[in-house]
Amino acid sequence: MSDKSSSRTSTFDRRAFMAGAAGSALVPMTARAVAQDANEPVAQDPSLPVEVTLRVNGKDKRLRIDARTTVLDALREHLKLTGSKKGCDHGQCGACTVLIDDRRVVSCLTLALAAEGQEITTIEGLATDDRLHPMQQAFIDNDAFQCGYCTPGQIMSAVACVKEGHAGNEADIREYMSGNICRCAAYPNIVAAVKQAAPEIMKG
Amino acid sequence: MRSFSYRRASDPDMAVRALSAAAAANNPLTKATAQPLAGGTTLIDLMKLDVMRPAAVVDINPLAHAWSAIEPDGEALRLGALAKMSDVAAHAEIRRSYPVIADSLRLAASAQLRNMATLGGNVMQRTRCSYFRDVSYENCNKRNPGSGCAAMDGVNRMHAVLGTSDQCIATYPGDFAQALIALDAVVEITGKAGTRSMPFAQLHKAPGSTPEIETTLQPGELISAFSIQGRWPRSVYLKARDRQSYEFALSSAAVALDVQDGTIRDARVALGGVATVPWRAREAEALLKGEKFDEALAQRVAHAAFADARGRRHNSFKIGLGRRVVARALQQAVTMEI
Repeated sequence: MSDKSSSRTSTFDRRAFMAGAAGSALVPMTARAVAQDANEPVAQDPSLPVEVTLRVNGKDKRLRIDARTTVLDALREHLKLTGSKKGCDHGQCGACTVLIDDRRVVSCLTLALAAEGQEITTIEGLATDDRLHPMQQAFIDNDAFQCGYCTPGQIMSAVACVKEGHAGNEADIREYMSGNICRCAAYPNIVAAVKQAAPEIMKG
Repeated sequence: MRSFSYRRASDPDMAVRALSAAAAANNPLTKATAQPLAGGTTLIDLMKLDVMRPAAVVDINPLAHAWSAIEPDGEALRLGALAKMSDVAAHAEIRRSYPVIADSLRLAASAQLRNMATLGGNVMQRTRCSYFRDVSYENCNKRNPGSGCAAMDGVNRMHAVLGTSDQCIATYPGDFAQALIALDAVVEITGKAGTRSMPFAQLHKAPGSTPEIETTLQPGELISAFSIQGRWPRSVYLKARDRQSYEFALSSAAVALDVQDGTIRDARVALGGVATVPWRAREAEALLKGEKFDEALAQRVAHAAFADARGRRHNSFKIGLGRRVVARALQQAVTMEI
């Protein structure tokens, strides 16, 4: 349970609850890792954390992480950007899709250390001010989801699909969106959403 | 995932040194304590599964500025090993002069994975055999040499019918390698002593009695480039699979033809999804040379390609499927407009 979220909000907020719960679970591990590192400034032991700066949605984020940390885990567990989802964690489902240097990749198979110096864009970085990105709006307009778990990955992948020039017809959209699995099978509506948003995105 | 140290390679020398430092006691390459990281789509996956357990990961992506050029010069083609699958698949001149290469890459994996995976890593990807990938099975000769093979009498629908041994029937899963082997590609390898080149056909090793040895690469060696002589505009990659997209091949064929005045002057046929290594069907090619194409010839060629195939309980269907894939790929190559 999270004291932080319950004291901050009077009504139950699922996202705050989940983020708070995840944060408190992580505290002991982080504290121990930092203490170890203070005693050993040169981290030769691979189990010790290393420092990395990730550029996420236009902002530099300094992190101390285990070398094993993927971009997905860095986003979700360290930066509390839980929009990118962990589905299979093996590059098979696409739920964790983000853009790195404007190209769509699966963040679960990308080491955070290897992404240093690159521009990471997540679902949280798509909207400008209070205005949804055209692809986000198109997913709502076309009811392009049921449970919504795959949706952030679908949207990030769809934005790239359009910019790559692979959204010219339904066959291309289906082929080039095949790396994003939707177990609710909202595929027809996802295709419709991509078709709707494509002209506006290409217009710039 | 087990702990590992992470180092970023600043140049090829440093990468080779870091990868070969602990190499002597660590043959073969698949068990080397230091592994190169390119796209990571195989390595990170297999590390999460505890199939691969490197103590050191050497990130070779910084070498991309020197090792990722796509260079068709009209008479030959050179591809840097760190070129991304998606970039090569989309390259206009590759699509025009080497459609078998463009299609083998375009039909592999997903858009996300093709943006990550490199050509060198792609040919080094490891089998999708479910018993190899699941460490709860002790008996996998590829993972634990001498432990047996769970696939022999297990669910072996996805397994190989060509190039197998009594030790291993795991399928080589890739697509691009079939295009390379069909086109007599040469692979350039960078190691401690500089660079060396050899026919791509000599890179992969059939399992025989040592399925843990998958290639002739040594620890501390990196693929730096591939090269191909000539242009092959009349070429196709046909892939049959359980899903229409984003799936490994049940059976595939890379076919390249040189046809002049209706006569086949040169023919290349390679098979994927059915063999333990990228598979060149030379007996099939021999039947095509000097002939005029018709359906009867396609059938003879298709049967020759699978003459030595041996099915097991669940994968015998691949022999019939594979023949049809070869015949259809030939038909497409003959009739395509170039």
